[in-house]
Amino acid sequence: MTTLLEELEQERIRPETEHRLLLCGGIPCTSLGCKKVKEALEEELQAQGAAGEVPLEVVGCIGDCSMGPAVIVYPEGIIYQKLKPEDARTIVREHIVNGRVVESLLHRDPQSKEILRRREQLPFYRGQTRLVLRNCGVISPHIDEYLKYRGYAALARALAELTPEQVIEEVKISGLRGRGGGGFPTGRKWEMMRASPGDEKFIICNADEGDPGAFMDRNILEGDPHSVIEGMIIAGYATGARQGYIYVRAEYPIAVRRSQEAIAQAREKKFLGENILEKGFSFNIEIRIGAGAFVCGEETALISSIHGTRGDPNPRPPFPAQKGLWGKPTLINNVETLANIPLIVLHGGSRFAELGLEGASGTKVFALAGKINHTGLVEVPLGTPLRTIIFDIGGGIPGNKKFKAAQTGGPSGGCLGPEHLDLPVDYQSLQEAGSMIGSGGLIIMDEDTCMVDIARFYMDFIQDESCGKCTPCRIGTKRMLEILEKITAGKGEEKDLETLQQLALLLKNGSLCGLGRSAPNPVLSTLHRFREEYLAHIRDHTCPAGVCRSLTRLRIIEDKCRSCGICARICPAAAISGARGKPYVIDPEKCSDCLRCLEECPFDAISRGGERVAAPMD
Amino acid sequence: MPRLWIDGQELEVEQGVTVLEAARKIGIDIPTLCYLKDLNAPASCRVCLVQVEGRPTMDPACVLEAQENMHVLTHTPEVVAARKQMVELLLSDHPFECLTCERNLNCELQRLAKRFGIRDIRLEGSRNHFPVDDLSPSVVREPDKCIRCRRCISICEYQQAVGIYRMIERSFNAVAGPAFNGSLMETPCIYCGQCITVCPTGALREQDSTARVWEALQNPDLHVIVQTAPAIRSTIGEEFGYPIGTDVTGKMVAALKRLGFDRVFDDCFGADVTIMEEARELAERLERGGPFPQFTACCPSWVRFCESFYPDLIDNLSAVKSPQQIFGALAKTYYAREAGIDPARIFVVSIMPCVSKKYELLRPEMNASGFRDVDAELSTREFAQMLFQAGIDLRKMPDEAYDSPMGYASGAGVIFGSTGGVMEAALRTVYEMLTGEELEQVEFPEVRSEEYKDAEIQMGQYRLKAAVARGTGEARRLIEAVLKGEKEYHFVEVMACPAGCVGGGGQPIYIETNDWNEQVAHRSRRAGGLYEQDRRKEFRKSHTNPSVIKLYQDFLGHPGSDLARQLLHTSYVSRKLYAPEPLPRKEHKQKVQPL
Amino acid sequence: MAVKSARETELYHQLTRALEKYKGKSGVLIAALQEAQQIFGYLPRQVMIHVANELTIPLAEVYSVVSFYSLFSTVPVGLHRLEVCMGTACYVRGAEKLLQGLQDKLGLKPGEVSADGRFSIATTRCTGACGAAPVIKVGDELYGGMNEEGLDRLIKELKQ
Ligand SMILES: Cc1cc2nc3c(=O)[nH]c(=O)nc-3n(C[C@H](O)[C@H](O)[C@H](O)COP(=O)(O)O)c2cc1C
Ligand code: SF4
Ligand code: SF4
Ligand code: SF4
Ligand code: SF4
Ligand code: SF4
Ligand code: SF4
Ligand code: SF4
Ligand code: SF4
Ligand code: FES
Ligand code: FES
Ligand code: FES
Repeated sequence: MTTLLEELEQERIRPETEHRLLLCGGIPCTSLGCKKVKEALEEELQAQGAAGEVPLEVVGCIGDCSMGPAVIVYPEGIIYQKLKPEDARTIVREHIVNGRVVESLLHRDPQSKEILRRREQLPFYRGQTRLVLRNCGVISPHIDEYLKYRGYAALARALAELTPEQVIEEVKISGLRGRGGGGFPTGRKWEMMRASPGDEKFIICNADEGDPGAFMDRNILEGDPHSVIEGMIIAGYATGARQGYIYVRAEYPIAVRRSQEAIAQAREKKFLGENILEKGFSFNIEIRIGAGAFVCGEETALISSIHGTRGDPNPRPPFPAQKGLWGKPTLINNVETLANIPLIVLHGGSRFAELGLEGASGTKVFALAGKINHTGLVEVPLGTPLRTIIFDIGGGIPGNKKFKAAQTGGPSGGCLGPEHLDLPVDYQSLQEAGSMIGSGGLIIMDEDTCMVDIARFYMDFIQDESCGKCTPCRIGTKRMLEILEKITAGKGEEKDLETLQQLALLLKNGSLCGLGRSAPNPVLSTLHRFREEYLAHIRDHTCPAGVCRSLTRLRIIEDKCRSCGICARICPAAAISGARGKPYVIDPEKCSDCLRCLEECPFDAISRGGERVAAPMD
Repeated sequence: MPRLWIDGQELEVEQGVTVLEAARKIGIDIPTLCYLKDLNAPASCRVCLVQVEGRPTMDPACVLEAQENMHVLTHTPEVVAARKQMVELLLSDHPFECLTCERNLNCELQRLAKRFGIRDIRLEGSRNHFPVDDLSPSVVREPDKCIRCRRCISICEYQQAVGIYRMIERSFNAVAGPAFNGSLMETPCIYCGQCITVCPTGALREQDSTARVWEALQNPDLHVIVQTAPAIRSTIGEEFGYPIGTDVTGKMVAALKRLGFDRVFDDCFGADVTIMEEARELAERLERGGPFPQFTACCPSWVRFCESFYPDLIDNLSAVKSPQQIFGALAKTYYAREAGIDPARIFVVSIMPCVSKKYELLRPEMNASGFRDVDAELSTREFAQMLFQAGIDLRKMPDEAYDSPMGYASGAGVIFGSTGGVMEAALRTVYEMLTGEELEQVEFPEVRSEEYKDAEIQMGQYRLKAAVARGTGEARRLIEAVLKGEKEYHFVEVMACPAGCVGGGGQPIYIETNDWNEQVAHRSRRAGGLYEQDRRKEFRKSHTNPSVIKLYQDFLGHPGSDLARQLLHTSYVSRKLYAPEPLPRKEHKQKVQPL
Repeated sequence: MAVKSARETELYHQLTRALEKYKGKSGVLIAALQEAQQIFGYLPRQVMIHVANELTIPLAEVYSVVSFYSLFSTVPVGLHRLEVCMGTACYVRGAEKLLQGLQDKLGLKPGEVSADGRFSIATTRCTGACGAAPVIKVGDELYGGMNEEGLDRLIKELKQ
């Protein structure tokens, strides 16, 4: 029997033989200059007289953003990465016009030196299982393309062959759990919603994605909006809702535009609107735009925001499924959760459940970022070891630095250490390790990252994003932040750790919404795992990673200094002096901490951090 | 009927009852701070946390509905510690100014601190510092003392339908306040002071006028007279431990005389005059055929509400001034002449249940006598404060009588202090004015209802349609219905405060309940004393009050005479809702002024 | 009140027209304010009052929403608004240093506008381009893989 993935691959054999260019227009690539590449491609196609014949399509994130801008050339499926406008011209002249693959622009494996031509051959993609991302970056977001890959077939099947209860049953069998952070079983949620009395019900697709460092949902909406829309319509059919909303942040203009276009296309093709596919079911979708508040990802706050007010969370119960939008039963699902639905309905829940683990079936998309060679979107079956993601797919840590921690779950999550590298990444094991999958942000940190500073960073974020409604979060996060600031400034006391712990407990137990309840997680997990680092800041007044400014002093390492004098010349504070033949020295009184010398020293003779400095005077 | 266990005790409660209420039934008093049942339940303060077995986190008892088979623990060490820490957190962002705070000994936060036995502040850190808003004539906001309970937001929005406050900003700086955290003066605040009465702390209070009054009392050149509003006599007793609604008129008059006022008059006399003029105006409108409805205008907050939100309806407002201003204008003309005192030397103090009257007396047009008609107003609370300062024990006072010629009032004037009272008082006079017959049954139970009700009353040839709006929220709904043509009225009484002036923004603050309906009931009970006094009065209609008859005979002529119009009638302006530019503010903190 | 210039008057007319479609509807305030911000570039007091009056919403409600969402600005911004992403991915890849560098180069602090009105600096939360961290956002454009030289180039480009 073929696996679901193989089946999907079968579908992917393209019938055409003609050349086609897919240029990555994901946000990372855009930020790396894909527009200029596009212009170059267009100009060159024009110049070569191939403009009308060879289609150039801009697609959503292909995957490995650190190698952007990237282009895939069909029918061969050759991938070119890290393109400059000149390269683009070469590709058109050589590959498109002359049919010669441009070897020099292909990816060369750093170890084996082997040249890799097709996207699927690259290590970054080889290790992945792209279900949700099946279309992202490989087809254009237009409905015609989606339809070529059995788009809306799941909807057709649901409406024609399945009762709403049967749809819910399939989802339950699939074992799908919410991908928005909570991990609540989706089938059960739908069932509760269906059972909730009321003639008017709503569905909200949560595309707020406020977790800093996460960009999965954005890319799904940009690269494959129809899979989300199809999932929503099916959810509406299954739960008895006739109106859906996509709540997406205003910071994602392209996702907004693509969703709008996709809704219009689906409406035109009668997948949306009255009497869908003549099956007597009607469903509409509207877009609601958020205005920049992390807490609006929380369900009750999101509802407040759609009501047009501040995103104030409200106590639960009553749950949205009982009393949600405009007081009516409301189902809220995450983008990625919904994008899984068409697959489940089309291929059956049990096929889906084959992937991943018992109790954590299917795949999860991670936004891999931070100190890692290949950053981008990574989709793997749940239960994949962290090591596989970081080293096999992500290519490890740059500059041969040591892996220190992986932060998962964003501001609500925690940090995993090297001892967790072989941990299978799924809901339960991460929770046991003091973190959570969360929405899928996966930030890698190396030895140069100070964990106390990271805890401070998250607390700063949370404090800023707290809606300010309830006492523990409004004041508690402020007090926690103040303590962390004190510690990173070298003024911490040991009893502060105790206070931190107490406040953390209070926030977890007593906050009104999930933001406050999970806010202490980064602190708790670093306190637990990197306590020594806290103590170094407090007892030794040292930042071992050399990050906390008040605790680091720059120093020239005598053995390494070759007296070249470069540092002294560039120092804006004239803090460095020395003479030929003798190691240079930095006068800490004068140094303004600009770190330029650190960067410029050709012999890495300047260091900071790690060593003990005198206690600051109070 | 869910059955649940609270601290191991089994009980059954009605569907929809909260754990808080359920616990109370078995004698467990879970602390609360933000909660005000049926008005405000944001679940924001978190001092009412309980642990429900099987739930991962604690839940606020104030909003958690009791459910079948729930096992609740209300005072495990963890729960008590969490509640205490909540209070500690609140205190870590709070000024420690109890000794100089208006709400000292009557503050819900202070009580919680006491209840939890907080002895040191383990959590220190930065505090919010917001400017004090003391620009408005009535309400002072000191946001540093705000604990973000949102009660002011709820009452102003849902009860008063004015909507001055919201939560503004976010994170640590989030606070309840008007737009831009600006001054109330830049908003259409109607100065009803309702927000003061529900604020659990000293973040909201009235402008202090006691210093001014002390000064006047000490000035030998001034002839200081005082008028007491109808609703004071049955509420000032609360501050001295009397049961709610006790009529202490005689003792109050005695106390005022001992404070040093030269004459003590009854504002109900002014109310009687208001009725004379307003009844006549209604008769005129009935003859002219409108415009209807005629709205009473004796409540300055309601007047300001109408001017701000319904400027097209200002012609419907009765042109007759409020009793306070009628009294003031007469004091510096009629009384001055009768007593042979230079009006420039007369200092008129009014004691009112109200903070809005502080604003009203400053309205530019309120100088019909050629002087500021009323010089200072004291709320019931400030009046009590002065008695405390002077050491005058109300309970030990003999009963004394008001001075004449403005000290006698009819029963109609007295019931002004309750919702529906103005209407009833007016009906007693209008009836006789329109029919020429004597009214046998002087009480109109149809307008005394606790719920919104309208009534039709046959008066000679007219079938008078009347309604009483209790609070501006109700007024707004009524007006919208009238504008849509769904309702039609001739005469509408509007008092801005729930339950009328007995529930005014200047009345004693009652913090013993966290149930809004109970609060309103408490206020209504105060009105009992007024109706009681009405029943005991020899004269129960304004136009039969001998002092009023004498006033018209000796001075005004007849209701609606030129002089009456000049002194007792006023006009209204349509108002912009918001000030285009912020008003300049001093940044310093104003403290309660010492004696 | 300051006299409105002809251009301002036109902007207010534009706003009034834009607000027409929101009247009498619920849940529209955020959208209305976004539109107002597009017209004026930011949301000054007068504009908020205008929105409150047109939609008969309490001004406190308008301000409550404006002061809650980070998308709204109550102060004018520069022609080029440089926003340094302070999301986690960017932070661990040195966003803080980038921000410092930007401040030094432009002589501005976050929230300030340069004297000629051309530049202002701000920080932002994740822009969703974490794959290219650290990221700077200028208007609607994103610049990924930023470093010292990138900054210099960017500023030079914008100065022209
Ligand atoms: C502070 C906070 C922020 C959240 N942000 C998001 C978000 O950006 N996107 C999301 O899908 N879910 C977010 N969630 C989780 C949602 O509240 C909700 O659980 C989820 O959308 C449900 O969808 P699912 O069952 O499909 O996961 C957040 C939760 C909290 C407490
Ligand atoms: S936990 Fe934080 S974000 Fe949630 S309601 Fe309380 S203050 Fe607001
Ligand atoms: S640049 Fe490096 S090697 Fe050269 S003088 Fe400075 S510290 Fe020594
Ligand atoms: S950090 Fe900057 S100021 Fe300090 S010594 Fe190096 S170059 Fe000079
Ligand atoms: S509001 Fe006043 S009385 Fe209450 S705790 Fe604060 S300072 Fe003390
Ligand atoms: S309660 Fe304590 S602090 Fe307050 S006045 Fe008395 S002794 Fe002083
Ligand atoms: S001002 Fe008073 S009533 Fe309003 S939120 Fe603050 S504490 Fe509560
Ligand atoms: S005084 Fe009345 S109108 Fe003014 S803010 Fe308070 S409750 Fe609202
Ligand atoms: S109802 Fe009475 S107390 Fe309230 S504002 Fe009006 S006049 Fe004052
Ligand atoms: S955006 Fe181009 S590969 Fe991710
Ligand atoms: S949260 Fe229950 S009283 Fe405040
Ligand atoms: S963290 Fe900077 S773009 Fe996501």
